[in-house]
Amino acid sequence: MGSHFIEEYWDVIVVGAGHAGCEAALASARLGLETICFTVSCDSIAMMPCNPNVGGTSKGHLVRELDALGGEMGKNIDATFIQSKMLNASKGPAVHSLRAQADKQEYSRRMRRVLENTDHLLVRQAEVSQLLIEHGRIIGVRTLSGGTYYAKAVVLATGVYLKSRCIFGETSYHTGPNGLMAANHLTDSLLAADISVRRFKTGTPARVDRRSIDFSKMTEQFGDERIVPFSFTTDPDKIQKKQVSCWLTYTNTETHKIIRDNIDRSPLYSGRIHATGPRYCPSIEDKVMKFADKDRHQIFIEPEGLYTNEMYLSGFSSSMPEDVQYAMIHSVAGLEHAKIVRNAYAIEYDCIDATQLKESLEFKSVAGLFAAGQINGSSGYEEAAAQGIIAGINAAQYAKGKMPLIISRSEAYIGVLIDDLVTKQTTEPYRMMTSRAEYRLLLRQDNADERLTHYGHAVGLISDTRMNQTRHKQEEINQEIERMAHTHVGTKPEVESLLQRFGSQRLENGTTLAELIRRPELSYEKLASIDPQRPVLPAAVQEEVNIRIKYEGYIRRQQIQVRHFEKLEKRLIPADIRYDDVYGLRIEALQKLSAMRPRSIGQASRISGVSPADISVLLVYLEKQSRSRKTDV
Amino acid sequence: MEDTIAAISTNLSGPAGIGIIRVSGEDAIAIADRIFLSPYGRKLKEAASHTIHYGKVLDADGRVCDECLVSVMRAPHTYTRENVVEFNCHGGILVQKKVLASVIAAGARPAQPGEFTRRAFLNGRIDLSQAEAVMDLINAKNSWAVSASVLQLSGRLSRELEEIRDGILDHTARIEAALDDPEHMELVNYGSILEKDVERWESQLNALLEHADEGRILKEGIRTVILGRTNAGKSSLMNLLSGADRAIVTDVAGTTRDILEENVTVNGLSLLLMDTAGIRRTDDIVEKIGVEKAWGAVEDADLILYVIDSSQTLEEEDYSIIRRLKESGVFYITLLNKNDLNARLKKEDIKLLLPSPVISFSARTGDGMDELKRILTEKFASGALQSNDQVIITNERHKYLLREAQKSLNNVEKSIRDGLSEDFFTIDLMGAYTSLGMILGKEIEDDLADRIFSKFCMGK
Repeated sequence: MGSHFIEEYWDVIVVGAGHAGCEAALASARLGLETICFTVSCDSIAMMPCNPNVGGTSKGHLVRELDALGGEMGKNIDATFIQSKMLNASKGPAVHSLRAQADKQEYSRRMRRVLENTDHLLVRQAEVSQLLIEHGRIIGVRTLSGGTYYAKAVVLATGVYLKSRCIFGETSYHTGPNGLMAANHLTDSLLAADISVRRFKTGTPARVDRRSIDFSKMTEQFGDERIVPFSFTTDPDKIQKKQVSCWLTYTNTETHKIIRDNIDRSPLYSGRIHATGPRYCPSIEDKVMKFADKDRHQIFIEPEGLYTNEMYLSGFSSSMPEDVQYAMIHSVAGLEHAKIVRNAYAIEYDCIDATQLKESLEFKSVAGLFAAGQINGSSGYEEAAAQGIIAGINAAQYAKGKMPLIISRSEAYIGVLIDDLVTKQTTEPYRMMTSRAEYRLLLRQDNADERLTHYGHAVGLISDTRMNQTRHKQEEINQEIERMAHTHVGTKPEVESLLQRFGSQRLENGTTLAELIRRPELSYEKLASIDPQRPVLPAAVQEEVNIRIKYEGYIRRQQIQVRHFEKLEKRLIPADIRYDDVYGLRIEALQKLSAMRPRSIGQASRISGVSPADISVLLVYLEKQSRSRKTDV
Repeated sequence: MEDTIAAISTNLSGPAGIGIIRVSGEDAIAIADRIFLSPYGRKLKEAASHTIHYGKVLDADGRVCDECLVSVMRAPHTYTRENVVEFNCHGGILVQKKVLASVIAAGARPAQPGEFTRRAFLNGRIDLSQAEAVMDLINAKNSWAVSASVLQLSGRLSRELEEIRDGILDHTARIEAALDDPEHMELVNYGSILEKDVERWESQLNALLEHADEGRILKEGIRTVILGRTNAGKSSLMNLLSGADRAIVTDVAGTTRDILEENVTVNGLSLLLMDTAGIRRTDDIVEKIGVEKAWGAVEDADLILYVIDSSQTLEEEDYSIIRRLKESGVFYITLLNKNDLNARLKKEDIKLLLPSPVISFSARTGDGMDELKRILTEKFASGALQSNDQVIITNERHKYLLREAQKSLNNVEKSIRDGLSEDFFTIDLMGAYTSLGMILGKEIEDDLADRIFSKFCMGK
């Protein structure tokens, strides 16, 4: 008697094909694992249901890091962007951040093409409804239609789809974004596996018809003249193209009055939404109510793509009833006659408490089960993708019986992101920020390749050729820095005139080019005319030479801090430690440590409620244990 | 691999003949060399392990704190299995603290409670059975430290530090919010706005560190030097004040050769008495060290009690002392001692020479003591020192952290002056924030993100 239900065997299953799911599935398949990627809709792969851009402050860093590891997001946006900008270009190199406007449809389509043409990878449209767990180990999943898919490892990348509900005013739909089917069953399976689940909320603004906007009342926002690509593999010369503009307008006192007059009709204020929303991208009603002293807020009007007339109203996220939304939008300069295409809405969804995960993104309680993206309580496409590639790599490593890839806070924003998620109990959707990275002067977007390509190469996502190119670039940088340090400059007339031109103090004695680069008003580039031996070097190399010389003192200080930091990170805590046996821990620390089970002393020290004294006690205990183990043998 | 720590490892609460300042860590010997002056010009880094060396300890300004014997012990055969240097100096609180301060100024960090023992244990020096005792120690010391610091920090100091921290966090949040959301927020010439506050915080911290010395007066006592010609009655005065035969008192000139210290309470005021070798010109080498030491102590003194034997006439030595007293800038009181004998000096005559209080006194009978008490109370127990909410910083660790905060703020100022962009300012602002937080026992957590979100309207 045969079963009526499908039964299949895979190496790795990825649940979800959003930004996290795509990276996870690609990483796993590219590492040679037979991978199946489930999605509720094959037409919504790598969909951008909210803002039409990739990158931005600190998020741009994540994309470059992801690219250095062998991810797809950077290449995908390089191929589909319609405007690009380096944010904070006038600030220090640590906070330069790339951001590009995407053609949403093209972005999604290209990613779909990549997935569909990757060996060992199948995209399958179905709703996963159940996790199959045996003896604390994942063995597969079941779909709503009854199919059973066995696998060695499973990655959950369900985004905002778990029991999602979209709300504006008194209207609500039990769907995912854009009316896509919600996944209503998987939460129960998570709960059954003793995984704790909570409810977060986020939102998106309305879209309006480009033809109905009066741009003459707005300020045009152009892209950069010289476009810098996201991917280290993209040739900058090949992506210089005509860009589209965004537009800036403002809310006004009239808009704010409409909001205040109708605030009781906002589900956020009437209590119809209980879930926790993010503070960094508040709804316009939150902005108006919480920052009452501001009489206007910026609204950026951004195209959703070249294929459509829909325009995204950035900064105008809301869950007000439809009629209030109309009135609000029409009160804004340039939008008086705007035709609304889609309403703004808030979305509520289930996600997990990510402190249940290890730094590898594997569940502590279920071996072989990984989670990435918004299900972990993060927000943003880039944050999702960055977790996706790590979960995908580690699912593959797990399936192969290899050690997971763990990236530290001192190595990458990806490390900061994951460590924050799994160590700190975030109480709202987590967004990356440059201020969250302690060592940001070392974690620059320009040197992501130097920091991470070797990891991608070690796991097998980066080819030997690309690894060698990265090494070659490093050699060029180091040689040029050496040369700058040893090239002496005398008080020659051409030197004097150059210094005078840039308002720089004249030389008393000779000095080196490196010393001149350190002067605030000078740079590597500006000294070209007095450096006849200068070799022809790529722009990226020149940029890094300049940064590393100019900010050497700061960089060295942060390197020293990192050395201190790493000492504690390298002291691992045995997985089988019984905290009840640790004599002298305070109760609060005992509870937190027992619940979180940190991997290292460093991670333990970042848990709120664990004091330096507790760490001392723990260190002493560990030393005692390791010695008694030695004597047992 | 670990940083280098230092602490006084003798018990300060009781009298001790010798004080030991222990320094442990990779750089212990290098740090010791920075402040150690050998009469033979030797460097400790060249010394063999487990050897003892005679020399002087210098403070940050290059002045001699004390003479001492220094033990050099190289890893791994030491208490902590790290390089260890021990300074064996004189037993007084003051001297030990000075040597410790000097070691810290040279690059060591004040040790946490139990930290030497912890290192000893972690480096495999102490056996297993001692582990529990170590943890008891750490716990006990921690709870002690917590209650002590709470007491110490209540009131103005913690308020003042909180205020500075609050200001730092505000500026940092402002800058970070703008960096995070450059299209919504601008930073125009922010360095000049920030600079004013940074300068203000720096001067606040400066004042706190200056007050640290006033706090020291309250805690350790008024550093009092008794000066006078040989056999003028200095030791008798000390005995009178302390009510014990602390110093050796004989009629033979020059029997009090070392500095002795004694904490005494006069009218509720604590005096740290430093009796000294009788000041007289001498060719005796040992005696000479004592005399110079007395003058060395004068430099750090808050009060000088100048004792004159009124039964004798002034000699050349007295004129020399008077001249140097006037130059010292230290508050002094002249005691015309032995008024129970035939007086050959009159109060009026001395007043002409020394424009400061002169008391007719007898260390033997106690006559004049009331007047001394009155003057001391007037001088030291009124005004700033008496007030209860005086900012007090007595803890070496707190001073160290205040200086660290100052360093960070200096870096901020430097970055502003060098025209660096705002993202560089916040690195050091957060450094200062962290240091000040450690004084208050605060963890950093998500203060910054919270501040950014509560103050600034962020995002899309």
